Amino acid sequence: MPTQANDAALDGLHTFPRLLFHHARVRPGAPAMREKHLGIWQTWTWSDVAERVRALACGLASLGFKRGDNLAIIGDNRPHLYMMMTAVQCLGGVPVPLYQDAVAGEMLFVLQDAGVRFAVVEDQEQVDKMLEVMGELDTLAHIIYDDPRGMRHYTQPFLHDIHELMEMGRIHDRNHPDFLNAEIEQGHFDDTSVMLYTSGTTGKPKGVCQTHAAFIAAAQGGIAVDKMSADGDILSYLPMAWVGDHLFSFAQAMVAGFTINCPESAETVMTDLREIGPTYYFAPPRVFESLLTSVMIRMEDAGKLKYKLFHHFMDVAKRCGGDILDGKPVSAGDRFQYWLGNLTTYGPLRNVLGMSRIKVAYTAGAAIGPELFAFYRSIGINLKQLYGQTETCAYVCLQPDGQVKSDTVGAPAPGVEIKIADNGEVLVKGPMLLKEYYKRPEATAETINAEGWFMTGDAGFIDEDGHLKIIDRAKDVGKLTSGAMFAPNYIENKLKFFQYVKEAVCFGHDRDQVCAFINIDMGAVGNWAERRNIAYSGYTDLAGKAQVLELIQTCIEEVNAGLAHDAMVADSQIHRFLVLHKELDPDDDELTRTRKVRRNFIAEKYKVLIDALYEGKATQYIETEVKFEDGRRGKVAADLSIVDVKTFPIAKKAA
Amino acid sequence: MSRKIGDVILDLQNISLRFGGVKALTDISFNIREHEVRAIIGPNGAGKSSMLNVINGVYHPQDGKIFYRGAERKKMEPHMAASTGIARTFQNIGLFKGMSVLDNIMTGRTLKMKSNLLLQALWFGPARSEELAHRRKVEEIIDFLEIQHIRKTPVGRLPYGLQKRVDLGRALAMEPQILLLDEPMAGMNVEEKQDMCRFILDVNDQFGTTIVLIEHDMGVVMDISDRVVVLDYGKKIGDGLPDEVRSNPEVIRAYLGAGH
Repeated sequence: MPTQANDAALDGLHTFPRLLFHHARVRPGAPAMREKHLGIWQTWTWSDVAERVRALACGLASLGFKRGDNLAIIGDNRPHLYMMMTAVQCLGGVPVPLYQDAVAGEMLFVLQDAGVRFAVVEDQEQVDKMLEVMGELDTLAHIIYDDPRGMRHYTQPFLHDIHELMEMGRIHDRNHPDFLNAEIEQGHFDDTSVMLYTSGTTGKPKGVCQTHAAFIAAAQGGIAVDKMSADGDILSYLPMAWVGDHLFSFAQAMVAGFTINCPESAETVMTDLREIGPTYYFAPPRVFESLLTSVMIRMEDAGKLKYKLFHHFMDVAKRCGGDILDGKPVSAGDRFQYWLGNLTTYGPLRNVLGMSRIKVAYTAGAAIGPELFAFYRSIGINLKQLYGQTETCAYVCLQPDGQVKSDTVGAPAPGVEIKIADNGEVLVKGPMLLKEYYKRPEATAETINAEGWFMTGDAGFIDEDGHLKIIDRAKDVGKLTSGAMFAPNYIENKLKFFQYVKEAVCFGHDRDQVCAFINIDMGAVGNWAERRNIAYSGYTDLAGKAQVLELIQTCIEEVNAGLAHDAMVADSQIHRFLVLHKELDPDDDELTRTRKVRRNFIAEKYKVLIDALYEGKATQYIETEVKFEDGRRGKVAADLSIVDVKTFPIAKKAA
Repeated sequence: MSRKIGDVILDLQNISLRFGGVKALTDISFNIREHEVRAIIGPNGAGKSSMLNVINGVYHPQDGKIFYRGAERKKMEPHMAASTGIARTFQNIGLFKGMSVLDNIMTGRTLKMKSNLLLQALWFGPARSEELAHRRKVEEIIDFLEIQHIRKTPVGRLPYGLQKRVDLGRALAMEPQILLLDEPMAGMNVEEKQDMCRFILDVNDQFGTTIVLIEHDMGVVMDISDRVVVLDYGKKIGDGLPDEVRSNPEVIRAYLGAGH
């Protein structure tokens, strides 16, 4: 596709190796990578990196690495492993990063599928894994390791220390000074630059082949939206095999020329975050949540004055912080208060979190609670969401500054086209689409339709501001008898944002209204009950208390009120609910091991409850067998009350 | 394993130790070879810790001779043991609770610091470059023991298993030739024990340090030691390779009681 390369081809910088050597020319002394070693941050400048990449590439070539070969990269985020990516690309090979915490058996499939001839690994642990699978992997010819610790007694001739490889490369480079430049010249923007394997939750993992042009286009788009420059810093701590890390820590860093910082070890990430103070940060919602929790717990222990100050100014921030960040009009009084708060509270807080210098932070991967999202924005951290998948270089939608909403994933990114199919599925087109699935033309044909649209498998719609709102997996979306769309996950997520609700299961497909099962959160509701002197004996007892039902009812009514404002899902307001007498549990097959609701199984197991919900009964007796952790079985029985919930008239907006 | 067990580095001959009328050790002889992992085992009160204390000069046996690298060792104090390259860890962890992990391990370097107190206090001239060199060594140990994440944490706030690791780190900071470990794995869970075993073997393998350890966990002892000496009521009842010791009837009796 010639259009792909239009942007990338400026100055001929349309492959990553060209970009690297460009930076080495333009900003040779600027830091490209940092890593903490023996307690001190070590810096590699762009010219250092270029020299090492040259040495690595020539070293690989002298080991017999050929154009088109695949090379596995396995390890934590280390500078040498990032350099290896570019070194491989210089020679026209394809790096294949793997998740480093997988056991050898799990890696075998990917290694065989990709037919890797070379593996570059971090340390002895990973070398051992390679040795374990080597018997079943006849293609693997060379293993290169970064950290020599514990490797003294390994004498196999196919094992190479990465420093030895570089020495070999330097000699090779001296003897054939034109070799590498010629190789780089041959690189084309339409070559596969990296192969990232999908996690394979459904079926075997598939190798997603992405081209230089795709990742460069995705990186350029993101950089333009967030106005990123070469003087930024990012902390690279998420797995290298994940598309997000490849986009932020590799592609964007290469295009914009900012610095990537590798933490000392997985345990030190939080300390390293504070020391580096990145300008650009990515974390999944759970990280932001645990950070907030630790702040709140420490505030509880703080002195009275600090406690009061904190809560006063957090109220101020809640009122106007988000608006100030978005550049919306705010009264002078609030502005002054916020300024004071920034001096005494928000500034120090951002500093403690290691977020003083953050220009933009992203979260993705799961729904983020609106309160959590608002908290970070209100204290002046520009937290935003994005949407994308491995097949789209993690680049489909971005929230532009000033238009950030907690429940959408933002507007289509520059160069990306979005369309909603008739069944509600989100379709995507743009320069960042995958080239193909490795050796799986039938899978490629299945995900990219005849008109070139990539089918994401997610259901969503575009709201009045043109922002994409993801509601569910397309296959889970059903219809009410009225014909309105019913997206169970979307409603359940809204319910689960309440701390009192642990799990929720909504029903509504082929029915006239939506009803729900609720699991209360034993910790949060138990605490709530204790503060009100409500005595209870256990989960079943607590779940049946009239006050608890009222509490849950108010939560659901709040959700209904919210749904009423959303034309697409307004019909999905919950009419009736009950609180289950037992917690849904993977041991009873009600949840998957990753704690996802197994909807159909639950619908069958609790059929009498569903019937009771839809027949309008006020109570229903149920007896359920449960498995205990030690394998014994028991029975839980209860009379469950079914509660009617207030629904709200649909707020019609002038479209 | 490619490491070579060398000559006898420490030879204990007919050691007897009494506290008043209590005989702690009676006529015990055994030796320790360079680069080996030597375990001392025995039931409670067998005299294992006393034996370690004799080796590093805390106790002075009434009878017997100790040869260190071929030369007879006369009466000596613990600091002399330290300066001749014998380091130890303690059963009940003797770390400075209020100090950080880094500082605790730094104390292990004290003997190696040459510049005078005043210069050290002013962090001036040779003291400065010296401290930087020591700090580097300490950082290498932190890296080796994989405790980067607690570098600046006060030791008192750490869980027991990690404190034990810091204790080992401080002993390693002395770059000892013989490392005495008094129950390095007491009170640890299985995972922590595995980690500790790995560190002990790594120390032995990478730095060639001779290791003498007291340990109750038989599985651990049999796994990692080259030779085992067994004490009971202050007497030596067994000495040899782990397998020999395991099948020694007297050792079995001491551990399981008569009648088995």
